[in-house]
Amino acid sequence: MASREYQGQTVEVDAEGFLEDSSQWTRDIARGIAEEVGIGELNEKHWQVIEFCRKDAEAKGDAPGLRRISKLSGVNMKELYKLFPKGPGKLAARVSGLKKPHSCI
Amino acid sequence: MKHLVVIGGGTAGTLVANQLIDRLPADWALTVLDPEPTHLYQPGLLFLPFGAQDEARMVRPREKTFKRGILWLREGVEEIDTAGRRIILSHQEPIPYDLLVLATGSRICPEETEGLLGQAWQKSIFDFYTLEGAQKLRAALKDFEGGRLVVNVVEMPIKCPVAPLEFLFLADAYFTRRGIRDRVELVYATPLDGAFTKPVASHLLGSMLEEKGIRVESEFNAGSVDGEAKVLQSWDERKIPFDLLVTVPTHKGAHFIEAAGLGDELAFVATEPATLKAKEHDNVFVLGDATDLPSSKAGSVAHFQGSVVTENLLRAIHGRSLTEGFDGHSNCFIESGFGKAMLIDFNYDVEPLPGKFPWPVVGPMQLLKETRLNHWGKLAFRWVYWNALLPGRSLPISHRMSMAGKYKPEFVLP
Repeated sequence: MASREYQGQTVEVDAEGFLEDSSQWTRDIARGIAEEVGIGELNEKHWQVIEFCRKDAEAKGDAPGLRRISKLSGVNMKELYKLFPKGPGKLAARVSGLKKPHSCI
Repeated sequence: MKHLVVIGGGTAGTLVANQLIDRLPADWALTVLDPEPTHLYQPGLLFLPFGAQDEARMVRPREKTFKRGILWLREGVEEIDTAGRRIILSHQEPIPYDLLVLATGSRICPEETEGLLGQAWQKSIFDFYTLEGAQKLRAALKDFEGGRLVVNVVEMPIKCPVAPLEFLFLADAYFTRRGIRDRVELVYATPLDGAFTKPVASHLLGSMLEEKGIRVESEFNAGSVDGEAKVLQSWDERKIPFDLLVTVPTHKGAHFIEAAGLGDELAFVATEPATLKAKEHDNVFVLGDATDLPSSKAGSVAHFQGSVVTENLLRAIHGRSLTEGFDGHSNCFIESGFGKAMLIDFNYDVEPLPGKFPWPVVGPMQLLKETRLNHWGKLAFRWVYWNALLPGRSLPISHRMSMAGKYKPEFVLP
């Protein structure tokens, strides 16, 4: 298991950089991961997606897949690809401190 | 009289009904609901585009697929009232149930992708997951004299995740046979990050695509199609021009699953992975493509799940605790062209590995390796399907996966 430091806080991550323990997540960690993966500064829309992902994962037990995010978060598919370029499903989960969504496996 | 109702007379629903009918207590009746008059042998669809004229052997009247004692109602379902334990039908009075089996399958939804169903649909854009689609594609391929053929999986999950790869392997062989392979460019655009969902098989299948000169565009999430300009575009704005597009559209569960709020955003039903009971209802079981499970949507999976669902329905009837019997077992032939095929065998936890099957050392089938015997196995399977699998007879393969005869190759990274 690897560990990484974001804004002075050390957390355990898996081989692909997903947080091992989602309860260690903070908004500062989200900012740190966003910078690391090339998203840059997080805006209001990013936070809308992140908050949806965390709430949904808490209710359902798993990180939501991309289709679920685009249907229920209020941010549509096109915007999601702008906010989290390349792989919004994977990236939104990672920035939100969740495991890789099943639909990506 | 108690009533067991199976919705869906496809592979999953038919084999469970046939396994159950002789084992039900005398005070239970069994009804299967399905509006379609015929049963389609779906594995045959793959071969139609390349010239096979197998339709007569792929379709049977549905009434001939059920054992005596099963009542088949040729009826569509409008709604399921889970609180009142009854099913609202399209034409007749609602019917009550004590136990319900959802074997409602999956369907393709090309309307989910912008531009897919436009002017070019079934002119330069085709599917091969329906009988009509596969037949029209057969005519189009016959007239195809060269250019770029793109196979695109819109999003996961899809029925038979190896079918798009088999299609490409067979297309390579088909154009080679016609002597125009050098004039055809084959491209595979997939949302996955490689050829397949699991690493060892993905590695091997990836090298096979490369050897056959098939280009892979990975992590390609199709957003829209411009049928007139013949361009496929991803959400992140990558463009792939095509002369012929073979699409594997978004898959969803049945309409009434969506309407009843029984499913997830793709209308697949939340199912317990080992017992196959619906997560939210104690008297409902789910199998085949209809589940939200990460096991493959394939006939072999429906077959392995069938043993577990049959056992658990009988346990539920007799008030006993359920068996956690399903391990995600899947077993698929992969047609690789030129009269050869591969075989893969895996479950929730163990990916497809090379080795011998079903018995160690003697085989006779070889896993993850192209052989002629595997190809004959795939062809012979149609007989097995109609005469053993669908009637609910037992086959010499356990519903639980076995590790016997398998090994992990060295090129796999930890």
